[in-house]
Amino acid sequence: MFRYIIKRILMMIPVLLGVSFVVYYLMDLAPGDIIAQMAPQDATPEQIEMMREELGMNGSVFERYFRYLGKLVQGDLGTSLSQKRPVMELFLERFPVTVELAFGSILVAILISVPLGIAAATHHRTWLDGTSMVTAMLGVSMPSFWLGLLLIMLFALKLGWLPSGGREGFAALILPALTLGANQAGSLTRITRSSMLDVIRQDYLRTARAKGVSEKQVIRKHALKNALIPIITVFGSTLGGAFGGAIMIETVFSWPGVGRLTVRAINDRDMTLATGCIIMFTMFMTLTILLVDIAYAFVDPRIKARYSK
Amino acid sequence: MLLLTRASKRAIRSEVNAVETVKRKFTAAELQQYKKRSMFGEVWRNYKKSPSAMIGLVVLVIIIVVAIVAQFIYDYDTDIVQQNIKERFQTPSAEHPFGTDQYGRDVLTRVLYGAKYSLAVGIVSVAISCVLGSSLGLIAGYYGGFTENLILRVCEVFAGIPSVLLGIAIMSAFGQSIVVLMFAIGLVYVPMFARTARAAVLPVRDQEYIEAARVSGVGDLKIIFGHVLPNAMSPIIVQVTMGVANGILTASSLSFLGLGVPVPAPEWGAMLSGGREFIRDYGYLTLFPGLAIMITVLVFNLMGDGLRDALDPKLKQ
Repeated sequence: MFRYIIKRILMMIPVLLGVSFVVYYLMDLAPGDIIAQMAPQDATPEQIEMMREELGMNGSVFERYFRYLGKLVQGDLGTSLSQKRPVMELFLERFPVTVELAFGSILVAILISVPLGIAAATHHRTWLDGTSMVTAMLGVSMPSFWLGLLLIMLFALKLGWLPSGGREGFAALILPALTLGANQAGSLTRITRSSMLDVIRQDYLRTARAKGVSEKQVIRKHALKNALIPIITVFGSTLGGAFGGAIMIETVFSWPGVGRLTVRAINDRDMTLATGCIIMFTMFMTLTILLVDIAYAFVDPRIKARYSK
Repeated sequence: MLLLTRASKRAIRSEVNAVETVKRKFTAAELQQYKKRSMFGEVWRNYKKSPSAMIGLVVLVIIIVVAIVAQFIYDYDTDIVQQNIKERFQTPSAEHPFGTDQYGRDVLTRVLYGAKYSLAVGIVSVAISCVLGSSLGLIAGYYGGFTENLILRVCEVFAGIPSVLLGIAIMSAFGQSIVVLMFAIGLVYVPMFARTARAAVLPVRDQEYIEAARVSGVGDLKIIFGHVLPNAMSPIIVQVTMGVANGILTASSLSFLGLGVPVPAPEWGAMLSGGREFIRDYGYLTLFPGLAIMITVLVFNLMGDGLRDALDPKLKQ
C-alpha cells in the first residue's frame, strides 16, 4: 500500500515539473514586458537592466524558469502587479472557493445522474430510457457558460429566487453548482446506465430473482452496489472536469475563485499572477485527484492486493 | 465397425449434395455481392440503422451548406460588422427573426455567417490533433519501452493542465487570431488522440501479421502506417467526431472569455459574451448563438455515437 502511494507521488513529480515549465514558457512568450511597464518613463537602459536583475528577470528563459522554480518551492510566486499582493497569498485565498464550487457541482452531478442512469437502465428501450439519454446528450453538448446564462435569466432575473452571482450565503452556490453539475451529469448518466445494464444481465441477479427477492430489492441491494463501481472509478477524472469547468462558470457567475482571478489577470496583462495561478491550480488539481485515487486504493481490495507484497 | 447401411449411405450423400447446392448457390448469386462489401459499405449499412446518427448527419450537411451559402449572400463589411445604431435592440420580429444586437446588426445573419468559424476551428484543430496525436500514439504503442514512456509522460503534462487554462496560456503567448486558436485547440487535444491510438495499437502490435511483415523486412514506418494503423482505425475515427464536438466547445469558451476569435467577427462564443451585458432586458442576444453552438456540438456527438456503434457492432447493447 505504502509502495503504491510512493510510486504514484514519484510519478507525479516529473509531470508537475513539466506542467510548470510549459506554462512558464508559454506565459513568457506573451507580449508585454513587465519591466517596461513598471519602469518610470525616463529610465535609462542601464536602470531597466538593473531592475531586471533585481526582479530576477534577466538571463535566458531557462535560467529564469529555474530561478522561478527555486522560489516556487519556497512558496514564493512573486508579487502581482495589478493587485500589489503576493501571488501565493491571492491564490491560497481563492483556491478553497473554487474547491467549494467543484465539490458542490459533483454533488449535483451525482444526484442527477445516478437516479437517471438507473431509471434508464431498468427501463431499457422505453420512453424513459430515451428521454434520459437525450437529456444526457444535451447536457454534454451544451456550452456550460450558456446554460449558466440561461439559468441566470430564469431563476435570478425572471423569478428572482436566487442571486445571479457573487458568493453570499448558500443560495449563491446553487446556480453555479447546478450549471457545472449539469455538464458533468451528462457523461455520468451514460456511465451509470451502461454499467447498470452490464450488471443487470449477470447471473447473480437472476439467482436473486429466482430465489424470490422482489425486483426493487434486486435493483437496490444487488445491482446498484456493483453498478456504482465504475462511477467511483471515474470520480477522479470527474473531479478534474469539474475543476476545469469551474474556470468558465466562475466567470459567468462572478464566483470569486481561482478561475476568475486567472481570467482577470490575463485581461489586466498581469502575467506574474496568471502564471502563478495556472501552475498552482494545475498542481493542486493533480494533487487532489491523486488523493482521490489513493483513497480508492484503500477501498478497492484489488488495487491493495497488487501492492501488498 | 464402419459398415454403413444403404440407408445411411444415402443420407450422407444427400447431405453432401445439400452442401454442394448451398455452395453453388452462394458462388453463383452472392459472391459478387459479397465481394462488393467494403469496410466502408459495412459501416455505412450499420450507421444507417441508427435514426439519431442519421439526423446528426443530415443536420451537419445543412449546417455546412448554410455556412458556405452565407459566405456568398452576405457581405462581411456591410451585413456582418457594420453598425446601424438606429436599429439597435429590436426584439425578434418578421424582419429580424432573431432580433438585432447592441449595434443594430441582425442576429440571424450573424449566427448564420458565424457557422464557418466554429466548423473551421473544430475541424482544422481536430485534424491537427489527430495527425499529431495519433502518430505519437502509434509510435508509443509500436515501439514501447522508453519511447512509449517519454511520449506518455509528455502527454500527461499537457493533459494535466485544464483545457481552458492551456488554451488561455497558448492564446496569450501567441496572440489572438483564428489560426492560433486552431493550433491551441489542436494542441490541447493531442494527448487524447495519442492515448486512443496507443490503446488501439496495443492489441494489434503482437499479432502474427505484424511479425510476418517485420520478418519479411518491411520498414517500421510502413508497418506502423500500412499495417498497424488500418487495424487500429475505429477508435480514432470515433475520437475524431467527438474531438470536433469538444474542440468547438473549447473554442467558443475561449472566445467567450475574449481570447478566441477576435471581435467583431460573429463567432458564436464571442456573440454570447457580447450579449451577456444586456441579459436582463435582451435575453435573445445570448439565446440564439448558444443554441447554434449546442446544435452543432450535438450533431457531432450524435454522429460519434452512431459511428462507434457502426464500427463495432459488438459494443451495441
